[in-house]
Amino acid sequence: MSDPKIEGYEFKPGFKGMAQDTGSDQTMFKGVHWGKAMMWIFLLSDTFIFSCFLISYMKGRGSTLIDWPNPSEVFGLHVFGVDVPLLLIAIMTFVLITSSGTMALAVKYGYEKNKKMCGWLILATAIGGLTFVGMQAFEWSKLIHEGVRPWENPFGAPQFGSFFFMITGFHGTHVSIGVIFLFIYAYKTFKGHYDEGKRGWFTSIKGDYVEIEILGLYWHFVDLVWVFIFAFFYLW
Amino acid sequence: MSEDYNDNKTIQAQSSETISGSGSGVSPDIDYVRPAEIPEQDLYHGHSFITKWVFCQDAKVIGVQYFLLATFTGIIGLILSWLMRLQLGFPELASFMTAEHYYQFVTMHGMIMVVYFLTALFLGGFGNFLIPLMVGARDMVFPYLNMVSFWMFFIAVGVLLASFFVPGGPTGSGWTLYPPQAILEGTPGSGMGIMLMCISLILFVAGFTMGGLNYLITVLQARTRGMTLMRMPLTVWGIFTATVLAMLAFPALLVGALMMSLDNILGTSFFMPTILKAGEVLEYGGGSPILFQHLFWFFGHPEVYIVALPAFGIISDLISVHARKNIFGYRMMVWAIVGIGALSFFVWAHHMYVSGMNPWFGFFFATTTLIIAVPTAMKVYNWILTLWRGNIRLNTVMLWCLGFIVTFVNGGITGIFLGNVTVDVPLSDTYFVIAHFHMVMGIAPLMVIMGAVYHWFPLVAGRFLDEKLGKWHFWLTFLGAYSIYFPMHYLGFIGVPRRYFEMYDSPYMTSAVGMNEFISMAAFIVGAAQFILIYNIIRALKIGKPSGHNPWKACSLEWLTPSVPPEHGNWGERLPVVHRWAYDYSVPGAKEDFITQTTPPSDVANTEVEKT
Repeated sequence: MSDPKIEGYEFKPGFKGMAQDTGSDQTMFKGVHWGKAMMWIFLLSDTFIFSCFLISYMKGRGSTLIDWPNPSEVFGLHVFGVDVPLLLIAIMTFVLITSSGTMALAVKYGYEKNKKMCGWLILATAIGGLTFVGMQAFEWSKLIHEGVRPWENPFGAPQFGSFFFMITGFHGTHVSIGVIFLFIYAYKTFKGHYDEGKRGWFTSIKGDYVEIEILGLYWHFVDLVWVFIFAFFYLW
Repeated sequence: MSEDYNDNKTIQAQSSETISGSGSGVSPDIDYVRPAEIPEQDLYHGHSFITKWVFCQDAKVIGVQYFLLATFTGIIGLILSWLMRLQLGFPELASFMTAEHYYQFVTMHGMIMVVYFLTALFLGGFGNFLIPLMVGARDMVFPYLNMVSFWMFFIAVGVLLASFFVPGGPTGSGWTLYPPQAILEGTPGSGMGIMLMCISLILFVAGFTMGGLNYLITVLQARTRGMTLMRMPLTVWGIFTATVLAMLAFPALLVGALMMSLDNILGTSFFMPTILKAGEVLEYGGGSPILFQHLFWFFGHPEVYIVALPAFGIISDLISVHARKNIFGYRMMVWAIVGIGALSFFVWAHHMYVSGMNPWFGFFFATTTLIIAVPTAMKVYNWILTLWRGNIRLNTVMLWCLGFIVTFVNGGITGIFLGNVTVDVPLSDTYFVIAHFHMVMGIAPLMVIMGAVYHWFPLVAGRFLDEKLGKWHFWLTFLGAYSIYFPMHYLGFIGVPRRYFEMYDSPYMTSAVGMNEFISMAAFIVGAAQFILIYNIIRALKIGKPSGHNPWKACSLEWLTPSVPPEHGNWGERLPVVHRWAYDYSVPGAKEDFITQTTPPSDVANTEVEKT
């Protein structure tokens, strides 16, 4: 990444440069798109939401008197006569992380104004996300069939179901919202809205390929959160 | 000695700059400001009544919308407080009120005043109106999102007020909504009431996040040429820091509200321990009520500063303008605001001293709590030093400012009492606590709002509010508020508990009864006095004296728009260029007693302006 060119402003490296940018007029983050800065701050706020969820989960799990269910049994799959622990989750995680890769490539091709590649990669990301949500729905229904409910479950502490459904549900909602936007953005890319700067339907802001990077930030965040949820629910 | 003297000289030379040269000899270079690095914002201009005034994308209109809706909700909160005081002072006149009603009024009064009135008014109202004007932007950076933010708030208020009309009425669990009682049968509004409260809070947080992102990015990324962070008026600093707090604190409330909703509808037990009710074990079990307290107060304490920091910022500007002096220690003021904001995330458990926590935990939180007194005291001294030897105009705005300083110091000192575990435990849940937080985060910020309304009304409407009515309003409110809350400290000391519907035949009654009557009378008068302001506003809109441009002779940008009231886009053809901070009042050597932020240095040659 090279510094953007700004008339009358000389960038300095390192901490000095950061102090100079902070102390300068007009913008603090030089050359950073408004929407991109907004997304970063929104993600910071969202981080606090997920942190509150996960800390509550740790507190709930730590203070329960009834034994917590064993995750490798509860989340295991029985395939071809063998019990494989965490099989489904491994696939889900793999799919989601892969979709982060396709998203990053989409951003790259977007900035290169390669409409076709960009569009296909966004579509691939959306399909990855959709697969993830689908597998999550499968996991939910499997657990529900086995009698796991938000208020009780046959394996141990009732809080297991409460926290599991709430937190994966909240994360799944994030993924679903992301998927919807990915489809919209793929459509807009193929239609060339970002090339010609077509104004948004509601916001009347001119389209630009930076929007794909902004959505990408959100998508990477959702993946990162999943890594934490994965670690706390399935590996602990 | 002579060396010391020399040192002094150098320091002076650094802190202020005298522009040398006179008249034609001034080199044009000193007026140079870097060219614009951000392209002009394109704005959506409304064409019809609906897009201009209802679903409007102009931050100023949105600010006024926020202001009006918050004030409307605040009046409901005020009426609820009247009903509470009626019961406490004259129970025989309040025979229509049951204990359930009383708890519901307590709850709704608290929640409305803190969240839907003060927060919405300071950040949504003043934030939207003032931030773009004060930093020299054409509008908020995401006008559409800003509009949605207001309408989310509108829906949140609607849902909140709807809870008055559902079976069981609104929740009566106190504004802290502590489980398990908030959702257990027997508490008023334990079904629909608490449900709607949680939904309303979630909507409020969602709507606020949209607005908050706007405020932050506008301040960070959309300032005009020459406007550095350290040249911004303190109002912007206060609202900016408060918004940062809100973005990080509201998540805890959102999570708490969501988990409580699930406990309520689905029967999960996040917060619900095993409960024995009339000999029967309820279906709940294994949850932690203390977890909710932590989540709530992790939001709740920063919330206090979300209300207080904008007030600190606004009051600094008002004092500076009306004392015709630069704000004393501007940088210190900025760092104090930031410091208080940061510290506010490490004090939350001082609301939970009686929750049975580890004493060392209390010790830690008492320490952090008392440390906050340091930056806060710095601010108070700086306000007083700003007034010191200033050219004080004792108008309505200044009266509100002085009222604020006194009230804030008063409430702050009782805060030092309550911050200490050993003092707090006996005073917990008494009227002393009520007196403390009403002084420090009720009356004090309210005085700032009033001062700000008298100060900025000429900008919003182009007319002055009436001074005579304003002074009546101030004195009735100020003296009345002290009549209400001073005696409450005493009630607390004799141990009168808060949130009690009536005292029955307890020995408190004999000494508290007369005082309660007095407090109630004062509360009725103070409440009624607020309608003077509403009358004043309506009157001023019709026959107020036209104010013209910059009536207070202020330096900051919001008064320098080409038209008053400012139009959509704020600045006409060209954005302003800023050359200095917002506090160049009574500069030695200057022709007038103020130098606006847009005055180029060559115009004020040979004056001792601050180097900013």
